[in-house]
Amino acid sequence: MLKKRGITVVAFAVLAVSLAASALIVHLVDRMSADTRLEDVLYLPSARVLKRVSLGYNTLVADLYWTRAVQYFGSKHHSRSSRYDLLYSLLDITTDLDPRLLVAYQFGSIFLAQSPPEGAGQPLLAAKLVEKGIRHDPENWKLYYNLGWILASEMKDYQAASKVFERGSKVPGANPAMGVLAATTAQHGGDVATARLMWTQIYETTENTAIRANAIKRLQALRVDTDIPQLEQSLKQFQEAIGRLPRSWAEMQATGWRGPTVDPLGSPYLIMPDGHVEVADPEEFPFITRGLPPGYKPPFTPDISPALAGNSQQNSQPQKP
Amino acid sequence: MRSILLVAFNTFREAVRDRVLYNLIVFALLLIGASFLVGQISIGIERQVLISLGLTAISLFGVVIAVFIGVGLVSKEIEKRTIYTVLTRPVRRWQFIVGKFFGLFGTLVVNTFFMAIGFFAALALQAHRLQWADGWLVVALWFIVLEFVIITALALLFSSFSTPLESAVFAFVLFIIGTFSEDLREFAQAAHGLTRIVASGAAYLVPNLAALNVVGRVAHDQALPPSLIFYNTIYAALYATAAVAAAVLIFERRDMK
Repeated sequence: MLKKRGITVVAFAVLAVSLAASALIVHLVDRMSADTRLEDVLYLPSARVLKRVSLGYNTLVADLYWTRAVQYFGSKHHSRSSRYDLLYSLLDITTDLDPRLLVAYQFGSIFLAQSPPEGAGQPLLAAKLVEKGIRHDPENWKLYYNLGWILASEMKDYQAASKVFERGSKVPGANPAMGVLAATTAQHGGDVATARLMWTQIYETTENTAIRANAIKRLQALRVDTDIPQLEQSLKQFQEAIGRLPRSWAEMQATGWRGPTVDPLGSPYLIMPDGHVEVADPEEFPFITRGLPPGYKPPFTPDISPALAGNSQQNSQPQKP
Repeated sequence: MRSILLVAFNTFREAVRDRVLYNLIVFALLLIGASFLVGQISIGIERQVLISLGLTAISLFGVVIAVFIGVGLVSKEIEKRTIYTVLTRPVRRWQFIVGKFFGLFGTLVVNTFFMAIGFFAALALQAHRLQWADGWLVVALWFIVLEFVIITALALLFSSFSTPLESAVFAFVLFIIGTFSEDLREFAQAAHGLTRIVASGAAYLVPNLAALNVVGRVAHDQALPPSLIFYNTIYAALYATAAVAAAVLIFERRDMK
């Protein structure tokens, strides 16, 4: 009996010591090979191979690859790395295995598009990823939103972004703000004619009072931003001809000149001593980029999103300029 | 009929005594629980990974149970010589085979039921409620049961004429090929001449398990057409009937010595 108990005790002790020692060895080996880890290697780089290996359980393998992509991005982001070499491949495989995994397109594109160290700084690949998502699911407006964001925010291609937002706005069930975004980016990219058309369309098609009011403000801003350069050019021509700036718009009109002299709210544009033209009350035009007094910073005025504005219709309808 | 039920009940009773069964069920439930962990270290896929991992675990472990128990259904009885005792009773050979089939199938249905309870409990815990879209998960589970019908019949077929090891290998290989049945049919359509004939024959001979795998669709809350449910059910019944009939044919002529 004692002999048996003795054997049991010795066996337990050997077990415990062996396990502890092996754990220590593993830790030491990990420290030795810390610089040569295989984490930056795609174990199976081909989605085709993975589809075969997964025996039809593609969705599960896609989930695991997406998790891997998230962990990869997280560890690189945490170490403030500027290289995310594997990120696109992981996301590409994930979306090949499960083309309907929306989060992989949405978040994956953000991870790819943002500049280092926040992201991979690969907006072209981000756009390619989202375009792949759109091919598989053209009725998902959120993907168009993602793509438009990448084009506008990271690639500064406002015209392309505007077109993408517009395509997305036509998808059944799309958030009405997509149309707003299309017009905003067109305006930001300098395409005044398209922006004016889009804001007019928004004004005429929406029943939401807040969106209509916002569209009016945008149209007014477009008019001011178009008027100001034209007026300043006319003042310059007058100065070159006469040798001084005109004292009033009436003096200019007396020479046969015809142009806009009042802003969309009816207040006269102001002729400044240095030849610039300013609006009388900048606060009435939160979205203008011209005609502002020097040093004036307009207050942040977000474009109204229907989700925030609510759906209630008020009695007084704002009038189009 | 009574003989079939008796053999089936006996088979069920022996199967539930097998410890491997409980280990596999526990492992499947652990995997379902592990999906919570995966959801914690990922973004936006908590529900999807729970459904994918849960249904995959139920399916794969069920296939493992079906194969490991199924391949020994006949061969073990022959090995232990207990089959002579059974067949001296008023139990015909075909009744023995059919009873074995229903016994194992019943075992798998009960296992699936318990694993499904664990699965839905995990889902309710994760989402704090069950929703109408979860109804499609029941359909996916039904398709998994149909998968078991086919695999059980195949395991029984192989068990009727080969050793347990060979039967296990054949059954697993057919399971794997069955998951690529759609690719095989596409290959057959693209082939010409004798290759096309042979490939077409093979494509329709292997079980169409790809059609029964709807895990990806239900994980994305996609509806399943009622016609698919109907056709898959009829297909599984017909295929299993054919496999069991083949097992009966082989076993009727088998020399027990």
